[in-house]
Amino acid sequence: MRTKKELVIIGGGPAGLAAAIAAWEDGIRDMVVLEREHNPGGILRQCIHNGFGLHRFGEELTGPEYAQRDIDKALELGIPIACDTTVLSLSEDRVVSCVSQKEGYQEIEAGAVILAMGCRERPRGALGTPGTRCAGVYTAGTAQKFVNLEGFMPGKRVVILGSGDIGLIMARRMTLQGAKVLACVELMPFSSGLNRNIVQCLQDYNIPLYLSHTVTRIDGRERLTGVAVSEVGPDRKPIPGTEQYFECDTLLLSVGLIPENELSRTAHVHLSPVTSGAEVDDSLQTSIPGIFACGNVLHVHDLVDYVSEESFKAGHAAAAFVRGNLKVGRTVKVRDGKGVRGTVPQSIRLDAEDGVRLMFRPDAVYKNATVRVLCGEREIAKRRQMIFTPGEMAVIDLKKEIVKGLDADLTVEVG
Amino acid sequence: MAEERVITCINCPMGCRMTVTLEDGKVVSVSGNTCKRGETYAHQECTTPVRMVTAVVPVEGSRLPCSVKTRQPIPKALIPACMKVLSETTLKKPVHAGDAVAVNVCGTGIDVIATRSVL
Ligand SMILES: Cc1cc2nc3c(=O)[nH]c(=O)nc-3n(C[C@H](O)[C@H](O)[C@H](O)COP(=O)(O)OP(=O)(O)OC[C@H]3O[C@@H](n4cnc5c(N)ncnc54)[C@H](O)[C@@H]3O)c2cc1C
Ligand code: SF4
Repeated sequence: MRTKKELVIIGGGPAGLAAAIAAWEDGIRDMVVLEREHNPGGILRQCIHNGFGLHRFGEELTGPEYAQRDIDKALELGIPIACDTTVLSLSEDRVVSCVSQKEGYQEIEAGAVILAMGCRERPRGALGTPGTRCAGVYTAGTAQKFVNLEGFMPGKRVVILGSGDIGLIMARRMTLQGAKVLACVELMPFSSGLNRNIVQCLQDYNIPLYLSHTVTRIDGRERLTGVAVSEVGPDRKPIPGTEQYFECDTLLLSVGLIPENELSRTAHVHLSPVTSGAEVDDSLQTSIPGIFACGNVLHVHDLVDYVSEESFKAGHAAAAFVRGNLKVGRTVKVRDGKGVRGTVPQSIRLDAEDGVRLMFRPDAVYKNATVRVLCGEREIAKRRQMIFTPGEMAVIDLKKEIVKGLDADLTVEVG
Repeated sequence: MAEERVITCINCPMGCRMTVTLEDGKVVSVSGNTCKRGETYAHQECTTPVRMVTAVVPVEGSRLPCSVKTRQPIPKALIPACMKVLSETTLKKPVHAGDAVAVNVCGTGIDVIATRSVL
């Protein structure tokens, strides 16, 4: 069956919901949110710990509570959310192909599309740890889903590889559920997790954090029986003779997230090799007219509050596109300068009507440093900050007046 | 009796390592903090540390459990006791987000509440 919609939003997590709410508020009614899971809410449904929403709501919520606020709002407005519906492909001319049990296969010709598919965790294959392919090796997020959504424990003696926040949160979660977490092993000399999580998820439970270490071998025939861990040198290669052995039945991987961009590829959306997400302008429009991207599918965020903020913007812009009101004239490019990786957006429209927030990650830890934005050679914004770390997304805002006066490409740098 | 403790401030990514000197359980000095927030945290953490507790609790007749949290942080030392109470708790439908799941948990005066609805 082939139908038409003014706006199709792919993904019903916080990004998709916020985008839908914004577009609805701008008067778009002929729209649908497509979500492959049985419920909207995205990954927040399994993040039962608290710490979400401080920026947006001024209080700390758990993941399910944060998600519910947007779900309630969407339901109250009457926004149609089609769950159990998986989008299979997207074409350059915005035909969305999807499948659901109820409706079967459908094609929707969309006036505009918002990509909000979120991210997924880097799987084991991407790591290349030697050893057998036994059961008991999961990504931390998969374990989180087992424990928090389905209510069962994947193991009893656990080692965690990678000290990202999801891994740290799961160290505490598994401990509280009676597992023994033996170690958290981090390749880098610093953790990418929040200090709060290192203290409250590891130190509170006396779980050792081994920095500059990695898992060098995985043992077990059917089920994991143990892992070998070695210290690594500055070249990140294992140092012979430093090996220690942990008998365990579970290894959790918390080694990073990557935007889920299979659909963007089918539509030939231009992707950034740095963020692995689409390249967008300040209205969140991708290289394909009428296709927008927001949330973790665009770049991996660490604060859902920023996801929502970005997604409201995408929703407003998509609504303007549907109406034929979205200005797209000349743009200037935004480039990563010294110390900066993955600045989003990658371009700014010269007739942008608002200020623009630039988001990026520093490439290392910088203390008492300044972030600068140069327009050609001219410095147009700067801000000092006590610390920049790769684990935390940094932002710098360009005011409306500044955006109005842009006349050359921009460079963002930290030092 | 004087005691020295080294703790990490959790309030920002600086993660200042602070040395806290305690006498008879009272904080007498804090060093290593970069700003006032560190000092406030050191006092709290070394005298009355508190934590939020979140978990899931089974619901009769539902395949999926219900997520819960303490309404406010509870004393850190009571986390295991709180988890024990929750491990012995089963909920009955319908559960609404915000419903008390365990009242006055471990005598803290704080309730554990549901963070999602199971209808
Ligand atoms: C395992 C994990 C744990 C996390 N924990 C935290 C945390 O503790 N704190 C924090 O601040 N952030 C956390 N994050 C980051 C978190 O993902 C973001 O803060 C936020 O949820 C991103 O929102 P989103 O809508 O962009 O993505 P998501 O919440 O991932 O939502 C994307 C939605 O799109 C749907 N979807 C994807 N592809 C398709 C398709 N083809 N068809 C239909 N639907 C599709 C998915 O089912 C999902 O519901 C975590 C991320 C992961 C992966
Ligand atoms: S003492 Fe101040 S600067 Fe240091 S970590 Fe705490 S809040 Fe940050």
